Amino acid sequence: MSDRDTIIVDTAARIFRDLCDPQTLNNAKDDSWKGPLWDALEESGLTLTWVSDEVGGAGAGMFDGFDVLRVAGSYAVPVPLSETLLAGWLLEKAGITCPAGPMTIAPQRAKDRIEIDANGRLSGAAKQVPYAGETTHIAIVAYKGDRPHVALVAAADCRIESGRNIALDPQGTVDFAGVQPLRCEPAPISADDLQMMGAAARATMIAGALETAMNISVQYAQERKAFGRNIGGFQAVQHNLSRLACEAAAATAASGSANEAIANGDGLAGDAMLLEIASAKIRCGEAAGQGAAIAHQAHGAIGFTQEHVLHRFTQRLWAWRDEFGSEAVWAVRLGNAMAGNGADALWPLLASR
Amino acid sequence: MTASVLQFDPIRLPPECDVLRGEVRAFIEEEIAAGTFDPMDKSEGDRFNRPFAKRVAAKGWIGMTWPKKYGGQERSFLERYVMTEEFRAVSAPTGSFFTADRQSGPTIMKYGQEEVKNEILPAIIAGDCTFCIGMSEPGSGSDLFGATTRATKTDGGYLINGTKIWTSGAHQADYMIGLFRTAPPTKENRREGLTQFVVNMKTPGITINPVINMVGRHEFNEVVFEDAFVADKYVMGTPGQAWKQATSELAYERSGPERFLETFYILTELVRVLGAEPDLRGSEGVGRLVAQLHTLRRMSVSVNGMLAEGLEPTLQGSIVKNLGTLWEQALPARARDLAAFVDPDPTNMASFQRVLEFATTIAPKLTIQGGTTEILNGIIARGLGLR
Ligand SMILES: Cc1cc2nc3c(=O)[nH]c(=O)nc-3n(C[C@H](O)[C@H](O)[C@H](O)COP(=O)(O)OP(=O)(O)OC[C@H]3O[C@@H](n4cnc5c(N)ncnc54)[C@H](O)[C@@H]3O)c2cc1C
Repeated sequence: MSDRDTIIVDTAARIFRDLCDPQTLNNAKDDSWKGPLWDALEESGLTLTWVSDEVGGAGAGMFDGFDVLRVAGSYAVPVPLSETLLAGWLLEKAGITCPAGPMTIAPQRAKDRIEIDANGRLSGAAKQVPYAGETTHIAIVAYKGDRPHVALVAAADCRIESGRNIALDPQGTVDFAGVQPLRCEPAPISADDLQMMGAAARATMIAGALETAMNISVQYAQERKAFGRNIGGFQAVQHNLSRLACEAAAATAASGSANEAIANGDGLAGDAMLLEIASAKIRCGEAAGQGAAIAHQAHGAIGFTQEHVLHRFTQRLWAWRDEFGSEAVWAVRLGNAMAGNGADALWPLLASR
Repeated sequence: MTASVLQFDPIRLPPECDVLRGEVRAFIEEEIAAGTFDPMDKSEGDRFNRPFAKRVAAKGWIGMTWPKKYGGQERSFLERYVMTEEFRAVSAPTGSFFTADRQSGPTIMKYGQEEVKNEILPAIIAGDCTFCIGMSEPGSGSDLFGATTRATKTDGGYLINGTKIWTSGAHQADYMIGLFRTAPPTKENRREGLTQFVVNMKTPGITINPVINMVGRHEFNEVVFEDAFVADKYVMGTPGQAWKQATSELAYERSGPERFLETFYILTELVRVLGAEPDLRGSEGVGRLVAQLHTLRRMSVSVNGMLAEGLEPTLQGSIVKNLGTLWEQALPARARDLAAFVDPDPTNMASFQRVLEFATTIAPKLTIQGGTTEILNGIIARGLGLR
């Protein structure tokens, strides 16, 4: 860890503290906070953490990008930062220079497939694309026959049906039919690689959000009084919060391990990467569900209000565990892989990590 | 405040660990081939096997992290981690040396008198010396500081009177590290007045009565002390201050792979009976179990990495034990459920059922031994600032 760049994390934390304070955003009557927040992120270079400096990015490395996402999760950041990071990562794989402004990526669901025809036009649609309609550009993985390409698309060229996810953050269906990409290049990447990276990103954000959910729950338990004492003095409350801490710890370890595997690994293929990334998404998704429930229980009614910030974290925990594959989806995939390898291959794989 | 609760750095095992792992696996294979033990045969009791210990010792794997001057190898905690997990994963018969290697030896190293270190540590390293832990008493289990067994000062040492219970392996052990009262608790601090001793189990005045556990085995015991004499040199650390010494021991005791691998064979056998193409619930179930186990293991490796750096990750160790023991306790029930639609007749299934029965029966103890779930939750809550 010591060789990691704390300046990047510190910068991210400072920007979020100043411009993305959960209570301030919660009280805001409109979206006027959004512009200054995005501008600060862009000016600091954080939005292009995963793009090398040769092509205009921050050149900071995979680990730093994940660290930024963890901090973003800990503030429940409601702008397309992870999406822009992922888009930058994708575009760089194809040697495409990143445009300015927020981007998103597609497909988010494993099921959706985008094709490129002989004239270079796209077909297919992607559902539940995060922040669709809020970004000027979309980076996509599309196929010309079997050959994967990365394309940069202007959002204005697509038909977008906007909606909201469970956290009320924007998401939408993007219909790419007939769209001519701004750029389109073959790339050594697959739609599954985007699933993997997206899953690792969401797992990391979940770990960050759980840390905050834990902290505010503990703080609340130390302040709120009932029966003449702090509720944190009741053993039942203490044990619930201990379990929340254990879940947050598991999420931290699982996502941290996947982050390290990606940062120091050689591509996303193979059983070891599947174990790392699937485990992170599964375990963080489970921790999200259990952790959110405990955090709410500890808060009583106040946590169930619009006014309190807790929902900013718990609703995003629920949203993020769904995106880029739920626990169940990854578990079936991981379980099938383990079954296919056979019982006696299980321990050697676990021990190799 | 709460940040350290989440300190689980994603460290990886260094290359020397791969070399060692290869050696340990080759050794295990030879031992299984020679008939020393059968990983699938759960009737072998507590896996206490001194000749096996001697062969492990000959490899230099007992007390491998300890100083060379006592016969140790000064290898890293992470290497010890690898050795431990490889033995656990196959349920190797480590019963005669595991306790000494994990906690008794390190405790003696830290608090024992030099003469005692020279007497005992080389014997542990040679695989000749078995330890048991004398903490619990009939009237004090979780409430360790309620211990009443007395050590009364006499000429040249102490006379011990009282009863310890649940002492695993006392009937096979050469020594106990016991926690005895040398002074009454003070008003301000009820933890005061307890002292740790090394006790030779052959000492006159010690009676060991078996307690048969619910699997029908003689593993733990009641140990009765009647004027058993222990010489001064066997006092560990500062008399009356044992409560301050116990904490670092707990980080070793709680964070190891034995806290989630005791019934690992259930997962392996589950994958075997489900076959190459399990049904949807089978694959989802296995996927979740594997993800959870991988996470536990990565947490445990990070704690051991912190130990290797000389830190005292007591809190993180408690988190690993808490999650780990709850996980392995639930494992047999989940495996049973996931295998519910597998054809019950093939031989694979029969051996799965056999180990499943065993694991189901021992599952209750996993969240009691070494500190109960409730006690661990209390420790973690204290780490959160709630107590
Ligand atoms: C297989 C096995 C091997 C063992 N080996 C050894 C050994 O070698 N040496 C040794 O010294 N001991 C050993 N023990 C004993 C073990 O350490 C104790 O059983 C354990 O500490 C719990 O103590 P107890 O059994 O007296 O239960 P109690 O302390 O009486 O607890 C009973 C229940 O009450 C709960 N409880 C107690 N206090 C609190 C509290 N403050 N708040 C909330 N809940 C509470 C407990 O969590 C538990 O659920 C072994 C136990 C087992 C099962």
